[in-house]
Amino acid sequence: MTSSSRTPEGGRVDRATTVEFTFDGQTLTGHPGDTLASALLANGRHQVATSIKLGRPRGIAAAWAEDPGGLVQIEEPFPEPMLLATTVELADGLAASGLPGQGRLADVPDSARYDAVHHHVDVLVVGAGPAGLAAALTAARSGARVALVDEQSEAGGSLLGGTDRLDDAPALQWVAAAVAELAAAPEVLHLQRTTAFGSYDDGFVLALERRTDHLGAAAPKHVSRQRVWRLRARSIVVATGAHERPVVFADNDRPGTMLAGAARTFLHRYGVLPGREAVVFTTNDSAYDAALDLSRAGVRVQAVVDARPEGSPRRAECERAGIRVLSGAVVTGTRGVERVTHALVAPFADGEVGASSAIACDLLLVSGGWNPAVHLFSQSRGRLRYDEGLGAFVPGEELDGLAVAGSAAGLFDLAGCLADGQRVARAALAALGVAPAADDRLPTAPEPVVPAAPLVLWRVPDTSGAEGTTSFVDLQRDATVADVARAIGAGLRSIEHVKRYTTIGTAHDQGKTSGVLTSGIVAELLGVPVQDTGTTTFRPPYTPVAFAALAGRDRGRLFDPERVTALHDWHVAAGAVFEDVGQWKRPRHYPRPGEDMEAAVLRECAAVRTGVGILDGSTLGKIDVQGPDAAVLLDRLYTNLMSSLKVGSVRYGVMCGVDGMVIDDGTVLRLAEDRFLVLTTTGGAAKVLDWMEEWVQTEWPDLRVHCTSVTEQWVTFPVVGPRSRDVVGAVFPGVDVSAEAFPFMTWRDTTLEGVPVRLARISFSGELAFEVYVNPWYAVAVWERLLEAGRPYGITPYGTETMHVLRAEKGYPIIGQDTDGTVTPHDLGMAWAVSKKKPDFIGKRSFSRQANQDPLRKQLVGLLPVDRQTVLPEGSQIVEFAADGELPPPPVPMLGHVTSSYRSAELARPFALALVKGGRERIGETVHVPVHGTLVPVEVTGSVLVDPEGARRDG
Amino acid sequence: MAELLRTHPLEAWTAAFERLPDTVRIAAEPYVAMVDVRLGTVGPGASTALGVDLPTAPNTWVPAGAGRAVWLGPDEWLLTSPTEAPEELEGRVRAAVVGLGGSATDVSAQRIGLRLAGARVRDVLARGCSIDLHPRVFGRGSSAQTTLGQAGVVLLALSDAGDDVAVLVRSSFAGYLADWLLDAALEFTTTPDR
Amino acid sequence: MQLIACPWCGPREEVEFSYGGQAHVPYPDSPAELSDEQWAHYVFHRDNTRGRFAERWNHSAGCRRWFNAIRDTATYRFERVYRLDDPKSVTP
Ligand SMILES: [Zn+2]
Repeated sequence: MTSSSRTPEGGRVDRATTVEFTFDGQTLTGHPGDTLASALLANGRHQVATSIKLGRPRGIAAAWAEDPGGLVQIEEPFPEPMLLATTVELADGLAASGLPGQGRLADVPDSARYDAVHHHVDVLVVGAGPAGLAAALTAARSGARVALVDEQSEAGGSLLGGTDRLDDAPALQWVAAAVAELAAAPEVLHLQRTTAFGSYDDGFVLALERRTDHLGAAAPKHVSRQRVWRLRARSIVVATGAHERPVVFADNDRPGTMLAGAARTFLHRYGVLPGREAVVFTTNDSAYDAALDLSRAGVRVQAVVDARPEGSPRRAECERAGIRVLSGAVVTGTRGVERVTHALVAPFADGEVGASSAIACDLLLVSGGWNPAVHLFSQSRGRLRYDEGLGAFVPGEELDGLAVAGSAAGLFDLAGCLADGQRVARAALAALGVAPAADDRLPTAPEPVVPAAPLVLWRVPDTSGAEGTTSFVDLQRDATVADVARAIGAGLRSIEHVKRYTTIGTAHDQGKTSGVLTSGIVAELLGVPVQDTGTTTFRPPYTPVAFAALAGRDRGRLFDPERVTALHDWHVAAGAVFEDVGQWKRPRHYPRPGEDMEAAVLRECAAVRTGVGILDGSTLGKIDVQGPDAAVLLDRLYTNLMSSLKVGSVRYGVMCGVDGMVIDDGTVLRLAEDRFLVLTTTGGAAKVLDWMEEWVQTEWPDLRVHCTSVTEQWVTFPVVGPRSRDVVGAVFPGVDVSAEAFPFMTWRDTTLEGVPVRLARISFSGELAFEVYVNPWYAVAVWERLLEAGRPYGITPYGTETMHVLRAEKGYPIIGQDTDGTVTPHDLGMAWAVSKKKPDFIGKRSFSRQANQDPLRKQLVGLLPVDRQTVLPEGSQIVEFAADGELPPPPVPMLGHVTSSYRSAELARPFALALVKGGRERIGETVHVPVHGTLVPVEVTGSVLVDPEGARRDG
Repeated sequence: MAELLRTHPLEAWTAAFERLPDTVRIAAEPYVAMVDVRLGTVGPGASTALGVDLPTAPNTWVPAGAGRAVWLGPDEWLLTSPTEAPEELEGRVRAAVVGLGGSATDVSAQRIGLRLAGARVRDVLARGCSIDLHPRVFGRGSSAQTTLGQAGVVLLALSDAGDDVAVLVRSSFAGYLADWLLDAALEFTTTPDR
Repeated sequence: MQLIACPWCGPREEVEFSYGGQAHVPYPDSPAELSDEQWAHYVFHRDNTRGRFAERWNHSAGCRRWFNAIRDTATYRFERVYRLDDPKSVTP
């Protein structure tokens, strides 16, 4: 079926196949190879939507990403907002509707796949038009690693929308041969449907490949829909072509008003006649091709309106074709509502517009010249230069590793673009030390006709009486010449300020057609050269990129790595509820049927304090510190003395930053005279190793010591509670586990079935406890042996929540929870862990700073809610009543905050740890904590609430 | 009592790996003894004592008996041995280097190895690795400590064609990386099952 | 994504590195002899140069070695990188 505006033949669509799509609920047909825009035009439909602010009808005004008019919402196959009809490839079943400016996000998850690929090349060529193909062929023939990316569905660039010939044959034959040659070259990556949207440092270019949408329902589900190519190139050739620029006049937004080159593209590439009666308004020779081609295809070209007083040498050609050429004339306005019906044409000389007359037309083509697509060059911090002749900004300097070729550099003839592509590629190869191939032939283009100089015309003075309020500069923002004038009137001078005042260039198209126009109009209104006005900054992305594509594979399970211990599957099978600790998944508690967390934790706590419990503590950071100076290093990094620790013993230690604030804590096992095992918090593992390395490498390279992470080399199972001795003794009969033979804060090595095991008497709960260390290969086996041996005592696996309650009952702080980077060991009540013997260690000098001697510093204390009921929310502020027993007037001074808070099975009441100003002096006082709008009285206590004498640690 | 049963972090992935096509074969290589060696100066003494010339060129590895010696830093190597128990390897290496001012630490369970083989291996890795893995620059004997997906890895090129690579990953990240690799390889499966 | 040349591993993406602030700020020989103000200067004060700046970097996702670099803080360009034991390592 041939649609109403489809040409009888020609174009690059597959006429043998018909695809069905719906637009605004209407079922229409098109062909593979169509864009949604070309299919709509083929169905005689120009208007796509209405504008965001003014509700004016808007239509397709260009043929690709520079179109400011044809915004659509895709409904099927998957809801996606704000796409351009000109860049959506038609596929069977596509459903879309026109958008008044703003789209609608899908409210169902996107099931499509997205991914990224890193790729390294010697030469990256962006754009597969004549210059880009010439550059890619030249680079590929040298044997260099080459990538060629192009945003269209097929290679050819401007050649797809024209009738050019090369080597006396249609130019597209050469394009096909070039593509075939590139495909055969082993080191060439050639990607179509791939938009290089950002150019960054050191040859890094991001490109978005649209991989499956054009396949419609046949798109394979296991292939990513879109892919972000992370291209790293030693040299980049930007051959991105140019965008045609409109001229602004009154009512220049009516559907049917289109860039001249776009109409040519619709005709030649898609076999679509965008109208039946056309007026062509131009300031340069390029639009004459559109007039002649459309005329040849059967369009009645009513007039070519050429703003230049002398017109063009191509006038005679037009007249031979029966086309009237009006030189020294401009289009001053249009008539029509949903489609242009008349162009208003008036004589134009020396900036003065004469009386208008109306010419009937349903298509008004406009060309105000061409803007090189300098986006990638400018993103790479390349300076732009205003070219007076072109009325456009062109690359104004040479950049290292990035060169611009062809139309993007301001060249507009085919022979010149081919030669420029080759020249730039050869220069890139030379810079890389690669010799070009001996046979490096490019096709011959016909001798170009030298065009007449274009006229630089930004806008036609408004003679309609609307005073520029319907002369649209940025169609997507409904921003007009009047808006620009108002910005200037408000005193704005910088183009960046005008952009923000008028919002020009901030819409979906980022000013592809409006940017340079605005520079020109601002310069004109200010009476300054356009070079001085300059352009707004070009920023990535060149065209919009979906967040899903940027997220790529990092979604769902792969969003953030989950680190698990060797026992993870056991925990899952045991019904553990997990919590995130950094990237680790740790069992928080093991609820039994019917238990909530509170019940489970109370049960687990009671089991540990009265029987025996077991914890997977494998996430604890572990660092092997080896070498003759190992003890020297630890003495410098810990606040307490480690060199006096005996082999076979364990010591708790605190580390501070140079500012004297606690950064981590943990126990240290002395394995040998020259070897220690340092345990860190789970969260501090990487940080502490880095800290050690930093000091060893940057300050103390003479120390003979090496630090190695062994966090995952050892699983750690604390077996905790009064019956832990029975359990550990049963599993490791070779070890005398009596308090006398195996005292608190010592360790012993043993074996289990020949496998080395280390036992340490370390307690984080105050109870008798043994930590069992073994290679994770044997984690499950050893864990199950311990459970088996503990069965008679009701051994209870417990999670991090119970661990936290038990340690808090003993007043043991968690660094990072009870501290926040402003807490010294003294604030924690750990003056005992600060050596007075050592002449220096990291942090020592800061302790004597005046601010750290303040008696009103926040100190770690315990809090007991007087009502014995309220669990204080962690983070709650603490206040005190004034002498009169009332709350002081606001702002109420804060005394500190609650850092840890739990319900205690042992105490049979809730309790908390808190940092309180001068806290230790306040022990016994009552202060208040606001909880859900009421003030809860709490008693300040010491931080150790359970077994303050330490009687339980030996069982 | 019976011998202690061993388990490794990627057991649950075995079946999924086996379903992969020949172009991307992935297999876990568990239970390989590894030791982290630190040594200031590498000389003939060290070579004799260790039985291998530790590679001094960054980003390289060399065979060491049945295992490998991998450059990790200017004074740091990873020695692997599939034939020794972890404590045996550590003891042997420690004895060899301690007199030279070096150190040796058993890190056998710290990482687990994956072997990736097939024509599409480089494509799969390129989905999450920013370094250039082209055989022209990453031929046999090359190594790299870098990031794959969001996991830190050591990559070892085992062939000159880029079709045989060992990946060492921290054990706690192994499951994540296995999932990541399966996801990245999905495109190359002819009968995708998910 | 800038490339940073690790003196050992060569150019890698910047995300493999962590920043260590101004270079050549040694730990004082005798902290105890410093006044509070002198000590605070070591702990808290660093230059905030526009232009060439000597700074410390760590190849944290690679070989874990610290090194120094001269970088232009206005353009982000690395002029050179050098090892800590480089005899030329004193800032020009
Ligand atoms: Zn490095």
